[in-house]
Amino acid sequence: MSQSSSTGTATRETVAPPASEYQPPSLARQVQMMVWRNLKHTRRQPEMLTDVTIQPVMFVLLFAFVFGGSIDTDSSSYREWLLPGIMAQTMAFASFIVANGLNMDLEKGIIDRFRSLPISRSSVLIGRSVYAIIHSSIGIFVMSITGLVIGWRIRNGFVDGVLAYLLLLLFGFAMIWVGILVGSSMRSVEAVNGLMFTTIFPITFLANTFAPTEAMPPVLRSIAEWNPISSLVQSMRELWGNVPPAPPDAALPLRYPIITSITWSLLIVAVIAPLAVRAYNRRTTD
Amino acid sequence: MTITTDARNVRDRSTAPAIEAEHLVKRFGEMTAVDDVSFSVPQGTVLGMLGPNGAGKTTTVRMMTSLTVPTSGTARVAGHDVASDPEAVRRSMGLTGQSATVDEMLTGRENLRLIGSLYGLSRADVRRLSDDLLERFSLSESGDKVAKEYSGGMRRRLDLAVSLIAAPPVLFLDEPTTGLDPRSRVELWDVLRGLVRDGTTLLLTTQYLEEADQLADRIVVIDHGRVIAEGTPLELKDQSGQAAIVLTVSHAEQLDEARALLASHVTDVHVDVPARQLTAPADGLADMTRVAAVFDRSEIVLDDLGLKRPSLDDVFLSLTGHRAEQETNHTTETGESR
Repeated sequence: MSQSSSTGTATRETVAPPASEYQPPSLARQVQMMVWRNLKHTRRQPEMLTDVTIQPVMFVLLFAFVFGGSIDTDSSSYREWLLPGIMAQTMAFASFIVANGLNMDLEKGIIDRFRSLPISRSSVLIGRSVYAIIHSSIGIFVMSITGLVIGWRIRNGFVDGVLAYLLLLLFGFAMIWVGILVGSSMRSVEAVNGLMFTTIFPITFLANTFAPTEAMPPVLRSIAEWNPISSLVQSMRELWGNVPPAPPDAALPLRYPIITSITWSLLIVAVIAPLAVRAYNRRTTD
Repeated sequence: MTITTDARNVRDRSTAPAIEAEHLVKRFGEMTAVDDVSFSVPQGTVLGMLGPNGAGKTTTVRMMTSLTVPTSGTARVAGHDVASDPEAVRRSMGLTGQSATVDEMLTGRENLRLIGSLYGLSRADVRRLSDDLLERFSLSESGDKVAKEYSGGMRRRLDLAVSLIAAPPVLFLDEPTTGLDPRSRVELWDVLRGLVRDGTTLLLTTQYLEEADQLADRIVVIDHGRVIAEGTPLELKDQSGQAAIVLTVSHAEQLDEARALLASHVTDVHVDVPARQLTAPADGLADMTRVAAVFDRSEIVLDDLGLKRPSLDDVFLSLTGHRAEQETNHTTETGESR
């Protein structure tokens, strides 16, 4: 047998070289390999990226040019007003990406393969999350370019501009935990998609993403204004200078959008992360 | 045995079993999947775990490989306790699960690279070992193809190659040939024999009696979560009643004469007229040689004379009251409970 142990002297006829002579790689390296694997998938199946490229671009065009004329906003341009909304929606869909990918790995038994290796249990989840952020960031990049083409601009300073992107990423991080929870709890990819399409999808509409909340009926309006996505979108619009600050009679989350958005994201992580880890552990130990 | 983290200590204790299970129990709610299973596998040997679907084989393997926590009992792999030192267990074993767990969207080579790197192998080592393994498993030409395009047999071989990338001294195979065509099955058997020759300790589960017979040094028969018999394939066959002399006469008119001759030497002769066949219980080879000599001196012409040992299927039937292979079509994945 040509596989020799790293001592170079032991042969399998006398003593078996234990696999333990290899030092397990660092957590960073493990995560890197997990991300590498997912990037390979994306390269083999570029259509996996449609959810963060073609789909949001289509939404931009649809809303900007089809519905835009009949939606009244306090911004000079609906297209400029719309773009942060679509970016937030794209980031919310990070939960889809994680849930689908994780569920597929669980179903196919790849997770069992990983669990039989001498690696950290968390590397699978961290790898998935890092990949989801990369995946969604591609979408945000594409959105930014699309926005620049149709008239959206970052009108305030550099720091505010970056802060808006960071808020978006923080929200994406929170949504990843939702994805881990759903991906670990559901029994099939179809179930994951069904659940996500009937929850996350409408939630991204029941906000100030595509239309101002003012015109909504009172109950819906309150829900929309307290929707985590609304404060995030309001933050981005204000930080990028797409809208003037909310008037003093606006709802509380919209008057203090940045602090509300950060609080929401942290709150989601605090509540969902323990549930997600529990669901994942349950799914993988028995 | 004390638990040690130093692999070398364990290795030097060449008499220590490579795999040990002591009173393993696994309950899922009300259901007891594995009920007090114990066995031990000496280094460099093959243990076949034989049983029908749902007997508890997969659950046992999952406990042995640290994927599932036992309700009670202990398990050791290469001297490491599965419960207290799962990390060391994972470093000393490879696992090929029931469904081929390769990444379909990666190529064969990329699958090997992924798992090799996660074991901590250097890039150069991964490349060298991947080439070796692809060659050994006749996958060299498909190494750069996406695993999705592989046939079932190729996938299994890749799965096995991936499990071997870090040269684990202990290998667990859960129904390695389920769903394979006969040719791929025989090919895989050859690969496994090669591994054992090189010193790997193997635990394999199977519902195929022939597979256990072909590969295993010792067999554990498991049914409803319990070990119902244990021994070498030969011992198990001897356990399930006697061997028989089977004799086929060439000419039908000599059948009566043959029966009389046989009856004068052994008792309980059974006649099958249309087949021109006589059957009688025998104690072993000595009885058969004696009968052969008697017929050699007679005028009776024989088509065939032989000693029929009970098959493992007979063994299973006599042990459990039902046959091991209930289904004739094994192309579907088994749905053993976890």
